[in-house]
Amino acid sequence: MAGGIRKSVLIPVAVFVLIGGALLALASSGGREVAGEGYLDRPLPEFAQPPLIGDERGLAASDIRGEVALINVFASWCAVCLSEHPMLMRLAEEEEVALYGLNWRDRPGAGRRFLDRHGDPYVATGEDAAGRLGAQLAVTGVPETYLVDAEGRIRYRHVGALTERVWQEVLRPLIREIEKPS
Amino acid sequence: MTGPRQLARALAVACLCAIAPLAAPAVQPDEMLADPALEQRARALSLEMRCPVCRNQSIDDSNAELARDLRVLIRERLVAGDSDAEVIDYLVARYGAYILLRPQIGANTLLLWLAPALMLGAAFAGFSILWRHKRPSPEPEALSEEERAILARALGQGAGQGAAQGDGP
Repeated sequence: MAGGIRKSVLIPVAVFVLIGGALLALASSGGREVAGEGYLDRPLPEFAQPPLIGDERGLAASDIRGEVALINVFASWCAVCLSEHPMLMRLAEEEEVALYGLNWRDRPGAGRRFLDRHGDPYVATGEDAAGRLGAQLAVTGVPETYLVDAEGRIRYRHVGALTERVWQEVLRPLIREIEKPS
Repeated sequence: MTGPRQLARALAVACLCAIAPLAAPAVQPDEMLADPALEQRARALSLEMRCPVCRNQSIDDSNAELARDLRVLIRERLVAGDSDAEVIDYLVARYGAYILLRPQIGANTLLLWLAPALMLGAAFAGFSILWRHKRPSPEPEALSEEERAILARALGQGAGQGAAQGDGP
């Protein structure tokens, strides 16, 4: 009888552990699906964005081909963009990587004013006032930063502020790996 | 009796009125296509697409600017001559399967779709095993000679004590 009682307790526990373990294994395996991940390793869409008001050149997909580059999506109304701006300025000053800007869903003129006030880290900046290119890139908010390889393929997408840590631990190692001649 | 009922009815109407604007689609007139057939397809597609910044709302429902961008993108693709399937593929390629409000049946979602049936099956199997094991237990085993003797002695003693107590002052 004692064996029977133990078994009747053990069976539900075993089933629970089995189901829990299976779910955990499934969740930690490749099932992680984040918006925008589907775009990885695909070429940039063809685009030619107009310049910011006051600028002469905008940003076209063809400008970016040929080198590993970062495309930083920003807006003047975005507080986190302001917080990551010093980091972008540092990357530009130390010429770590070619940095391109995409001014997303901003009022006319606001993007240029933002860069005049806080410094312009970008090689070139395009305007995406209507969010049209943003929708094609799967931008879900600002700031976002896309890492593009020399062939113009998107290799990584960072959502949120580009901090020192993100640069040191994610982006720079990835750039080194991409640039390494294989 | 009509008082409370009328009140309830009035309340229900008020609630419906309050909810009605929420049910209205977010599509703005300036987004709409001139071709009603294309617009119809765009609306149907929009209903199936998850707004990436609103968790569980379709882009047809959502007032988010991002949802609007996607509605415009869908219409652009349709005008460019894409089929419905091509538009869906285009969005999934960029936003991932997450964009689809109803998950597609695939290798990585098969478990999701089968889970309810599997769990129901497991529950039935579990209960049937439990019941099969329980059935014999209501039939008690017959007492052995020895046990019967002990029982008789105990009952006899109990009755004797009970009588003695009952007779007491």
